[in-house]
Amino acid sequence: MPTLCSICTTARALVKRPKTGQQVCKQCFFDVFEEEVHITITQGAQGGGSIFERGEKVAIGASGGKDSTVLAHVLTVLNRRYDYGLDLYLLSIDEGIKGYRDDSLETVKQNQAEYGLPLKILSYDELYGWTMDKVVDQVGKRNNCTFCGVFRRQALDRGAAGLGVDHIVTGHNADDIAETVLMNILRGDVARLQRCTAVTTQSEDTIKRSKPFKYAYEKEIVMYAYFKKLTYFSTECIYSPEAYRGYARVFLKDLEAVRPSAIVDIIRSGESFVLDQATQRSMKAMRRFRTSPARANLQKPASAKACALLQGLESGLDRAAVRTTQMAGGEAPEGQRSIPMFERKLRVADGNATEGIERAVQRVEIKTE
Amino acid sequence: MAQPETLVPASTSGLGYTSGSAPAASPASAVRTRTADELEIRLEFGGGLHLIFSQQPKHTIFLPRTTPGADARPADIRYLIAYMKDNLVSEREDMFVDGEGVRPGILVLINDADWELEGELDYVLQDRDEIVFISTLHGG
Repeated sequence: MPTLCSICTTARALVKRPKTGQQVCKQCFFDVFEEEVHITITQGAQGGGSIFERGEKVAIGASGGKDSTVLAHVLTVLNRRYDYGLDLYLLSIDEGIKGYRDDSLETVKQNQAEYGLPLKILSYDELYGWTMDKVVDQVGKRNNCTFCGVFRRQALDRGAAGLGVDHIVTGHNADDIAETVLMNILRGDVARLQRCTAVTTQSEDTIKRSKPFKYAYEKEIVMYAYFKKLTYFSTECIYSPEAYRGYARVFLKDLEAVRPSAIVDIIRSGESFVLDQATQRSMKAMRRFRTSPARANLQKPASAKACALLQGLESGLDRAAVRTTQMAGGEAPEGQRSIPMFERKLRVADGNATEGIERAVQRVEIKTE
Repeated sequence: MAQPETLVPASTSGLGYTSGSAPAASPASAVRTRTADELEIRLEFGGGLHLIFSQQPKHTIFLPRTTPGADARPADIRYLIAYMKDNLVSEREDMFVDGEGVRPGILVLINDADWELEGELDYVLQDRDEIVFISTLHGG
């Protein structure tokens, strides 16, 4: 005797929703999934408004994986259904990793045709003169995720600027965000706890970024892709993934198996974290002693981070020397590497370059310099 | 513009592999025919999981209708997973099996329904059932 859908009460239930335990049929699953993303979009901005403005040009950070593919699909559907008036683009970054990106970039090209969205592919090689394969040759596998992360962040910004885009959306889902909350706790990076749960973030030197899947469980994204038969590609980076994050991920999946609401619960914890001034101050002081050179580098503005890393690479130094270069930091020395800039039209809204949460965080931040 | 909302042709797997990256399946039926005390079960792997099943996203197996041993019971998902562990996983079985079930983070669909609605490990298999395993542990 099949279970009936708890929403339409006529069709056979095919999905048990992890967030609510609700048992729903295929059509009702599509409806509630899309509707929840619509709600995240229309109420996700700080203060409860929409994260998008009408007429906005929005780049979807597309990797060819399940999350960004489902995001491209759902945004295309919602933009049409609710007339957001968005100009959507696909923006892919080619890290230059043979045997990893090739298939997924093919997938993105297929998505471009399926959704009729313009696609821009920007490579590390084009932007930095370095592929990740070359970086790994030079620095080894141990630190390469740092390079890749910093490079990708800036590459997305530059690619978006090249497209003349105002806003980048990424496929980060609820599981990813809960994992990041855990990671920030495990690293003692309490200052990032709340910020990492914001739907939209923007800092001074970057384009606005949003995560419309903040409340979408990975399970539901995978089910959605399966039931809709979407074209995506599953792959794992061939260079050693971050082991620490791997533990957080497995831990999270174990928790979810026992209590499916664990994921939203952790996100909620992140959202609710507020640091008082005294804590902020003591953390800043702690950081001066504890921060490793690599992480110290990550406290710099995005463009400076990528430049510092590049500079280290290009002086043809080994890993230890790269670290020293990063430690030197600060002043831009002779021959400072710069990254090609694209013209970017900045929308000046109301003089407030930052979103609500960012603003709040900045207000309590204690300046060390 | 009256465009349909289903944007994608139904030719893809929706499971994260491309036909180019996966060799065609060789069903058990190509080797021999099913006997009366076996069930024909179709398996499909998504989310990169086929990589530990001889790189093949689709398998057809003949599974004994009852479990071996003294207290035999009708073949269920619990038995299927044990059978797959012994006969089908080509490498790194810890990526698939956890205790008598699958590793957390692997979704299971029984004839397109979430296995959580079908009794999970206790679901009793029927002839020609289609079981899909999708890993969510890989990057997106």
